[in-house]
Amino acid sequence: MQLAENIPIALTAVRANKMRSILTLLGIIIGVMTIITMQSLITGLRKSIHEQVTALGSNVFQVQKFPAIHTGGDMFRKYRNRKNITLKEYEAVKEHVTAAKSVGAEYWMGGQELRHGEHKTLPIISVCGGTPEFIDNNGYEIGDGRFITPQDVDHNRQYVVLGADVARQLFPYDDPLQKEIKISGRRFEVIGVLQSRGSTFGQSRDTYVVIPIGSFIKVFGKERSLNITVQAISAELYNTAMEQTTGVMRVVRKVPPGEPNDFDIFSNDTLIEFFDNLTRYVRIVAIAIASISLLVAGIGIMNIMLVSVTERTREIGIRKSIGAKRRDVLWQFLIEAIVLSEAGGVIGIVLGLTLARLVALVSPVPAAVPIWTVVLGLLFCSAVGLIFGVYPATKAARLDPIVALRFE
Amino acid sequence: MLIQLENITKNYQVGTVTVTALQGIRMDIDHNEYVAIMGPSGSGKSTLMNILGCLDTPSSGSYLLNNNRISDLDDDRLAEIRNREIGFVFQTFNLLPRANALQNVELPLIYRGLPAAKRRTQARDALASVGLADRMDHKPNELSGGQRQRVAIARALVNNPSIILADEPTGNLDSRTGDEIMEIFEGLHEAGNTIILVTHEEYIAEHTDRIVRLRDGLIERDEAANGGH
Repeated sequence: MQLAENIPIALTAVRANKMRSILTLLGIIIGVMTIITMQSLITGLRKSIHEQVTALGSNVFQVQKFPAIHTGGDMFRKYRNRKNITLKEYEAVKEHVTAAKSVGAEYWMGGQELRHGEHKTLPIISVCGGTPEFIDNNGYEIGDGRFITPQDVDHNRQYVVLGADVARQLFPYDDPLQKEIKISGRRFEVIGVLQSRGSTFGQSRDTYVVIPIGSFIKVFGKERSLNITVQAISAELYNTAMEQTTGVMRVVRKVPPGEPNDFDIFSNDTLIEFFDNLTRYVRIVAIAIASISLLVAGIGIMNIMLVSVTERTREIGIRKSIGAKRRDVLWQFLIEAIVLSEAGGVIGIVLGLTLARLVALVSPVPAAVPIWTVVLGLLFCSAVGLIFGVYPATKAARLDPIVALRFE
Repeated sequence: MLIQLENITKNYQVGTVTVTALQGIRMDIDHNEYVAIMGPSGSGKSTLMNILGCLDTPSSGSYLLNNNRISDLDDDRLAEIRNREIGFVFQTFNLLPRANALQNVELPLIYRGLPAAKRRTQARDALASVGLADRMDHKPNELSGGQRQRVAIARALVNNPSIILADEPTGNLDSRTGDEIMEIFEGLHEAGNTIILVTHEEYIAEHTDRIVRLRDGLIERDEAANGGH
């Protein structure tokens, strides 16, 4: 007998007791649903965080005063006393870090309101005083015009490159190039517009402008900390570049040996690592809940299969009398248990996906279901059906046909 | 010789007591015989039928079916022989309630491993031969008792077995329907089948050619039926 012949038999049996089957399956449904929903949300979050932090270009890390992620209330107080990062460190890094392809410097000033004639932006625009490396090291591309050149920086030219949103707000109808805008009362000529980077978690990533670093100092002064962006020559030299930079920074800032760094290095992996650490426990708890409910579900399936075997003793007798072998009966009930738990698995996956979609709909958390979780979920269900079906199926297979036929 | 029973005994252990159901049966049945096995309850006729039908093995003695010794085969080999050589017809029909007539008749062919298309054709032919060509997709509970028994006969026939083994096949039917079933058996016998009928009704047994009477686990009489043809 072909194994596949058992599938329609199993489906008929499962359908014949719909209510009982569904109740039995609740455990599996809840278990699989938990796994799928949690995985979907965690993966979605991770993906969007990944997209967000690729704000930095490839093989780029950034040296900054404060850690990128603040946890706990006292963090700011703890880091506030750090010395600002200055152009001196920038020059040193640029000179000594041999594994770096390009080193950029950025001053930032937030909350600015920019004007062009009648038009003005909301006071939420960040102004960056940067070097030509900005565009590469931050993973931007020029949309229109050109970016700041070394000459613009050397001569402290009053030039500005606009983020896509700023350009749209100040120049809704006309071409912004060669027009003048006002930043903190000073005139700047627009020389380029950056390509849009879209938004993450509902927050636009195109709401800033870049001006040459010297011009920035003239407008806003330099009583602030600098960010240094370093692009390694290659992925292989990434860690070398990071070690060299750390070394140079410690020397320039005179950090005694054995003392921790008084600056932070932020990379594309920083947030991902942080997020993975944060969600590790969520994952473990989700897997624990799912495992317990699958275990309970397995016991439920074993129970219902035992009931089913007893109820169908006569059927087993009939099948044996007309030629079913032990293994035919064994597989019939094993496959029935697997079909039963797979039905629960499929329902659980559908519900889990729906739930994740719903959460994604009403919150900024995106849903993404890795195909391996679905496959793994289904495999797990088969395993549950198989493991907990063995005992009832063996019991069925061993029935004496004469006794079974006499069963009322 | 189709069936050769030599000194068949069967003992059961009931608690600490050993019950002897058969105490030495010797019997031959040839191809195309039509035999009734009779006896009061407790005479051992059910046990004998189980052994003939390869549902059970004797405690001692030898059973040759088609010159194959089957008295000491294992479960799976017995299942195979039941599948190929024996067609059962039971008093209570023993159809699968959730399967329709065609699916019930197909069942032995499934265990034989035939492909679906071939199964369907054979099952259809078998159902047509018992006059149920128009009832193939009816479930047992949509059929009358006589029709159910005819489905069971079609299922017994479908594998072309060496023996048709019928256990009180008319026991649950009214006498008119019972007569119809007996006519089918007669037809099958005329077509060359070997039929063994277990019954306690003289009137049914008289349809056959030969009556074997059991008492206390022994053959009391083995004679030609006077009502036979």
